[in-house]
Amino acid sequence: MAVSVGHFLVVSAILLVLGVFGIFLNRKNVIVILMSIELILLAVNLNLVAFSGALGDLAGQVMAMFVLTVAAAEAAIGLAIVVVYFRNRGSIQVEDVNLMKG
Amino acid sequence: MAPTFFFYLFSVVLIFCAAMVVSARNPVHSVLFLIGAFFNAAALFLMAGAEFLAFILVIVYVGAVAVLFLFVVMMLDIDFEQLRSGLQRYLPVGIAVGALLLVELGVVIVGWQFHPAAAGVRFVPAPVGLSNTAALGEILYTKYLLPFQAAGLVLLVAMIGAIVLTLRERKSSRHQRIAAQTARSPGETLEMLDIALGAGVGAADIRRPPVAEPEAEPATAGHHGGGH
Repeated sequence: MAVSVGHFLVVSAILLVLGVFGIFLNRKNVIVILMSIELILLAVNLNLVAFSGALGDLAGQVMAMFVLTVAAAEAAIGLAIVVVYFRNRGSIQVEDVNLMKG
Repeated sequence: MAPTFFFYLFSVVLIFCAAMVVSARNPVHSVLFLIGAFFNAAALFLMAGAEFLAFILVIVYVGAVAVLFLFVVMMLDIDFEQLRSGLQRYLPVGIAVGALLLVELGVVIVGWQFHPAAAGVRFVPAPVGLSNTAALGEILYTKYLLPFQAAGLVLLVAMIGAIVLTLRERKSSRHQRIAAQTARSPGETLEMLDIALGAGVGAADIRRPPVAEPEAEPATAGHHGGGH
């Protein structure tokens, strides 16, 4: 039984569910929420790469590269916001963030 | 047989690492497990035939993003035990949503198949006789030039945004005020005097123009002003 696209799909589905589960589980810790988002994007990339390899279409890998770019930018901005927020409030509890509402 | 074994090995370790990322008590351990997950995902990318992306994943993600997470986790002095206090409250809804999502994805995964014409509608068929990196490079700078530049712009905006967000002005810093320097005109600082022959400069009552001296420099004032 060789490795097929279906195998990759199962792995990335489990990875995505774990990411979503992590967002719900760590509702107070922004840093772990950001890491969960990274996991979700990794699952997306795994799907793109698996289909790209199975169909012999390079567009999927290019798209995965753009996803990587956006994920890196998002992590940088998110962590910068976390640092600024911690500097102002002395905590990173997400539940306090509704104080920022205009 | 060997590819299947390695696929299952990397998959199991990947899923274990991902589970530990979301459930580890200490966020530092979470980041370390995230690094493990990235490594195993890179191995899976290799098995799927995307060598370049696998290396990018290791270099950019393990080398930059995960280390960034590690920096932030270690730099901020956070009481992590207190952050975990609501865990029991959120566990049921998390499990419910996760299970729902898993069931839906399972339905999709069980029931899908390639369309017979799928091979005919490929955007960029992988060229034969070219390595993955070379093939990606050929299309990235031709067919996907505009999105590639846009991705670079996204990274530039992210860099500037992160710097603007975290930069703070220190009162004690003595940074250069370039605008004030270039806006200076000679008339403010320079005065032409006619000195009578043989009278000496002391007779002309030369003194420095009144400068808005920052009061932080009383020690050096006597040294500069002692001449006249």
